[in-house]
Amino acid sequence: MAERKLRIMVAKPGLDGHDRGARVLARCFRDAGFEVIYTGCHQAPEQIAASAIQEDVDVVGLSCLSGAHRYLFPRVVELLKEQNASDIMVIGGGVIPKQDFQMLYDAGISEIFTPGASLDSIVEWINNNVKLT
Amino acid sequence: MKKAEKIRKGDIRTATRLIRNIEDNVPEAKSTIRSLFPFTGKARVIGLTGAPGAGKSTLIDSLIALYRNRDKKIGALLIDPTSPFTGGALLGDRIRLQRHAEDPDVFVRSLATRGALGGLSKAAGDSVHVMDAMGKDVIFVETVGTGQQEVEIMNHVHTVIVVLVPGMGDSIQAIKAGILEVADIFVINKAEREGAGKLYQELMYMLNMVDSFPGGWRPPVIRVGNLFEKEVFEKNIEELSQNIDAHYRNLVENDLLGDRVRRKVTAELNEALQVSILAPILEQLVSKGEFDNLVDKLLKKETDPYTCAEEVAKKYLRKQPLKGVTG
Repeated sequence: MAERKLRIMVAKPGLDGHDRGARVLARCFRDAGFEVIYTGCHQAPEQIAASAIQEDVDVVGLSCLSGAHRYLFPRVVELLKEQNASDIMVIGGGVIPKQDFQMLYDAGISEIFTPGASLDSIVEWINNNVKLT
Repeated sequence: MKKAEKIRKGDIRTATRLIRNIEDNVPEAKSTIRSLFPFTGKARVIGLTGAPGAGKSTLIDSLIALYRNRDKKIGALLIDPTSPFTGGALLGDRIRLQRHAEDPDVFVRSLATRGALGGLSKAAGDSVHVMDAMGKDVIFVETVGTGQQEVEIMNHVHTVIVVLVPGMGDSIQAIKAGILEVADIFVINKAEREGAGKLYQELMYMLNMVDSFPGGWRPPVIRVGNLFEKEVFEKNIEELSQNIDAHYRNLVENDLLGDRVRRKVTAELNEALQVSILAPILEQLVSKGEFDNLVDKLLKKETDPYTCAEEVAKKYLRKQPLKGVTG
């Protein structure tokens, strides 16, 4: 019978080649029973938004360790909105200072995970907050 | 606007959601597919299969670039396995295709196999229809080719490309098992590597043993070299595309397209029958615990699978028990 399966995209925007964390997360999401689309490093926000739409994901997880999250994360949200896809939730993670959290929340990022967040807590958050339609 | 109409106009969100509804078995999806069905059959469908890491996605990426130069609209279905343990899947083929992400005429969709009951090929076949109805000229289907199930998917394409790489001792063994019969074109990828010559010889030897080929089409063996040696690589990809076109022409000229389409339709009917007849019965058996009871009985040797199947058929297929259901 009909059963929705959660689809999530793990993406690394911008010029940041450190994808160990993103890969660990991708694997962890797979083990949590999600269908995970990983798009690799060095993605422009435009590529990420277009891919998220084509793949019909419920949530996009952005990973950024370069410090450019203040531009890159909100830009993805903006592009999704422009393409009538604001129902796709965007979450983020990486090396993100506390003082940037509010700015990112205001820009439409639903949650931020920083170093030290346990994999279980991230999966739990997704299961509790991502609505499958 | 109706969903089918939106899809025919190329609306990606509606199309990708329909594909998801097929995957998730949403009943309503069937009726949309039904209304799209008359508008399918225009696209050229090209399947690529081969071992993990053989370079299928990279080849598709290059072929997309080539067909985009000819102004063709592209669809690509990339199929990766679902974990039988967690039900999750890591779909990573898309990485190789990201340079086309912003091209509105390239629609790339990853699919997970979802395991049991031919669910895979059902979604894949219908997803091809969706892209076809969207007006895509060329549709690529990529699967990891190791067994029978993957061969079944190849029923949905016009041209099957089997991608091999040198240095995998058992590659020929693997294709002997069934993929050989479906290959229309062989690619020896990473052909600059050691062992490419030997692989070529082995393939030739194998092909030489075949008495006759349908339509006289002997599967060509194309060697594709290092991606970073741009000139050679592009020439190889051009050669590959010429062979894809030649194969399609061969199908048309020898009236074999009908056979292909028949093969495809046969597979689809099979799958639809499975979904409509077998799946609901299995579901009831499992939910009532009868399935486990039967398995226990089998383990104790109290009965045999054929008797079980006949009993199930008698019980669930009310009118006359169908002959052949068990056999």
